[in-house]
Amino acid sequence: MTTAHASSTAGADGLSGERLSRGTLIRRRFMRNKLAVFGLCVIIIMFFMAFVGPYFSQWNYYENDFENLLTPPSSSHWFGTTQIGVDVFAQTMRGLQKSLIIGLLVAIFSTSLSAFIGSVAGYVGGRTDRGIMWVVDLLLVIPSLLVLVILSRYYQGRSWLLLVVGLTIFDWMITSRVVRGLAMSLRERDFVRAARYMGVPTRKIIARHLLPNMASIIIIAATLNVGGAILGETGLSYLGFGVQAPDVSLGTLIAEGTGAALTYPWLFMFAGASLVLTVLSVSFIGDGLRDAFDPGSAKSKKI
Amino acid sequence: MSLSHAGENLIEIRDLSVTFPSEAGTVRAVRNVSLDIRAGEVLGIVGESGSGKTVMSLSMIGLLAESATITGTINYGGVNLLSLDDDAMSKYRGKDIAMVFQDPLSALNPVHTIGRQIAEALHIHSDISKEAALKRAVELLEIVGIPRPAERAQSYPHEFSGGMRQRVMIALAIANQPKVILADEPTTALDVTVQAQILDVLKTARDMTGAAVVLVTHDLGVVAGLADRVAIMYGGKVVEIGNVDEVYAAPAMPYTIGLLRSIPRIDGAESSRLTSIEGAPPSPVALPTGCAFAPRCPAATPQCDASVPELVSISPTRMTACVRQSEIAGLQAGGKLFVEGPRHIASQSTGDAVALDVRGLKKTFPLMKGSVLRRQVGSVYAVDGVDLTLRAGRSLALVGESGCGKTTTLLEILNMVAPEAGTITVLGRNVAELSKKQRLEMRKDLQIVFQDPFASLDPRLPIGDAIAEPLDNFGMPKAEQNQRVMELLELVGLQRDHASRYPSEFSGGQRQRIAIARALALNPKVIVLDEPVSALDVSVRAGVLNLLAELQEKLSLSYLFVSHDLAVVQHVADDIAVMYLGGIVESGPVDEVFARPQHPYTQALLSAVPIPDPKVERVRKRIILQGDLPSPANPPTGCRFHTRCHVRSTLSTELAAKCVNERPELTDRKSSRVACHAPLN
Repeated sequence: MTTAHASSTAGADGLSGERLSRGTLIRRRFMRNKLAVFGLCVIIIMFFMAFVGPYFSQWNYYENDFENLLTPPSSSHWFGTTQIGVDVFAQTMRGLQKSLIIGLLVAIFSTSLSAFIGSVAGYVGGRTDRGIMWVVDLLLVIPSLLVLVILSRYYQGRSWLLLVVGLTIFDWMITSRVVRGLAMSLRERDFVRAARYMGVPTRKIIARHLLPNMASIIIIAATLNVGGAILGETGLSYLGFGVQAPDVSLGTLIAEGTGAALTYPWLFMFAGASLVLTVLSVSFIGDGLRDAFDPGSAKSKKI
Repeated sequence: MSLSHAGENLIEIRDLSVTFPSEAGTVRAVRNVSLDIRAGEVLGIVGESGSGKTVMSLSMIGLLAESATITGTINYGGVNLLSLDDDAMSKYRGKDIAMVFQDPLSALNPVHTIGRQIAEALHIHSDISKEAALKRAVELLEIVGIPRPAERAQSYPHEFSGGMRQRVMIALAIANQPKVILADEPTTALDVTVQAQILDVLKTARDMTGAAVVLVTHDLGVVAGLADRVAIMYGGKVVEIGNVDEVYAAPAMPYTIGLLRSIPRIDGAESSRLTSIEGAPPSPVALPTGCAFAPRCPAATPQCDASVPELVSISPTRMTACVRQSEIAGLQAGGKLFVEGPRHIASQSTGDAVALDVRGLKKTFPLMKGSVLRRQVGSVYAVDGVDLTLRAGRSLALVGESGCGKTTTLLEILNMVAPEAGTITVLGRNVAELSKKQRLEMRKDLQIVFQDPFASLDPRLPIGDAIAEPLDNFGMPKAEQNQRVMELLELVGLQRDHASRYPSEFSGGQRQRIAIARALALNPKVIVLDEPVSALDVSVRAGVLNLLAELQEKLSLSYLFVSHDLAVVQHVADDIAVMYLGGIVESGPVDEVFARPQHPYTQALLSAVPIPDPKVERVRKRIILQGDLPSPANPPTGCRFHTRCHVRSTLSTELAAKCVNERPELTDRKSSRVACHAPLN
């Protein structure tokens, strides 16, 4: 049972004898996944475009070009113009700025919140669990849209960050329930018990053992949340809350453009394509992260 | 039990191969196996997990998954069973060939009474009236030893214990007077005393029906007592087959030799250290081109890798598959195969230093009822007055059947908080008096190795990080952690570069080594081993046991060793404490207790353990206990064991009454301590 044994099942490469920590391993495995890196690049490029792109265009998202009403894409209006002569490229870039930030922030915040609260409730159990689940159930039965609409008179016209907070608060409960269930079953696993008997504190057990073992679910939830948050913001904007004209978001653009999707496709197409591209890239990144966390996944078998 | 009444070939398997598609490649579960099953014989098929033994037995009864590709022939009474479709096969299944599965809970339908299930089996294969079928079902239940069979036939599977369910399975199997009974690991899920009962029932069933029994198992001891012939499987092939006495007395294939020498024996016949076979069983996806055992074989030569050796006769009753079969006997006699050092001698330190002391430990779990208004309706007395003393540098084995409370005892010790009743003293300090900080410090000295190395390592944590976890927890700088992880990996026989790998890349034995390394990280003084080898393959157990013995010598550790496997205990422990239903019934030095067991339960337990030697096994007298372990929620009064005790009936009336009324205390008798009212015999 010495070296011969060990190398027969575990392979014989990597003779350096150097120990790589989990963080390094996950980074390496993620970087080896081409699709995930592609997704990451696309998101970065889109961020870059959203913030730098408007400087290259001669038009602004609130300016009207009355000579060109509802014209298709041309050299002066790259993405065409709207019914009132606003440049669609400028609008899309502005919308992308808003939506990317709101979508990603809401997804990250709400997923982190649900992962944290769910795992604490599931791992600690007892009164803590009952208390937290009581709050979760309460928030689940409150009609979130209604509350946001009522509260909107306080946050209207203020920073969009408040919108992020509002969307986050009503977006974490279901995931946290799923996470709680997983945490409860992981709590009884031997490796968690072993850590407990070593005297590892609760916060470290949650961070080191629980969260990585629930990574797939959490990452899937986060990916879905990006799309959900962008669309949620659209719903609010559509009702006249959230992002207000003349300011735009991808959601408002899509909402306005859908009516003319077949006759004047450019009104809808570019904003729609941006949304699809965003969600797709995020899900590629999510897949990559999931595979990087999961040592059993075939894609990233090699270290 | 001899070959004499074993007649002509009943089933002839010729050139059978079974493959399954899988994501990792084609799984070659059975490779060109030819085997005969003779009328009325007991054929033992022995192999480790993945050796193809279960797949082969399932192919005889046509129960393999649809995705399996099967080639070859299985000839039964002039019919090739493999050529039959599922409908045609159903005529044979249960009628000519019956099956006893490993897990009787999933093999019985939970929504029908067992009487009805047996009657159904009768109905399918004969024109029997409903009443007659039910009547026959009751008869069958009586044959397999189910008390009050008429009443119990109305019960559902969940109302039976594991052992009783397995009896029901056997009743189902013999319902139609089959010619062949396939028993796939029929006793693996059961406790040793129940295993003895079931093997007994299986013998009765065979004698009654005259059927041939194919006993598929990984346990060489079980086969020794029951089988006429034995076939050893490895890597999807039969590597040795023959008369059971001859195979055990003079194994011819190196794998068989290693296997027989790697298992500890309860009668202590092994004089040297256990043989450990290097490496792990091959994956059926990536089998070597030549002999599957060659990579682990101490007698391997380049020609072993050239082609797969086929079975060749070495005597009228023996066949073996080894290219060097003519030389093996000589090599073995010359001591050139599996050379091992002297046996680990129980440490002689008889110093008074006590590593762990438990006095009068109690733990009850409340039984709750109702969902809205929860109220306590009773208590489960999981641990009820346990005394243990582990001396520094020694190994104490805590032995008992499942449900006796040994795991609860461990958890109570590891929790390091004041128990419900009694005291726990670790290294001279009462845990009830520790502050939070002191308790954390104390954890350094008391570590645990769990039973299942597949569950005890975080699948998402590289093993280097897992081993470093306790170090990190006590604030060791990163650079020193790395240094220590490397040391530990080498200490347990792994390589330095394994640190960055995930647990899924290791075999069971290697994983258990990793778990041991993690437990050793903080230089503990006491290690609690919870069934450390029971989840491992037979051939890798010895390696882990030897490692534990070595580490104990090297690092002067104290082990609290929990196990249900008495043979293993006999091999590694210095002292033993036998537990029954929450209390210790006998404790003392291992050699003393094994040589002269005094408590009736210890006697029964020891006699139930099969010995991998057919000659010894056949003449041994078994004490077969009646019934199952009583429920700890409603333990018997007085001596907990009196309901199953075989000695009580021989006692005087007053003493027998005392057993029911008064709980015996542990008292010194010679060099061990026994809790029994009966006088010393």
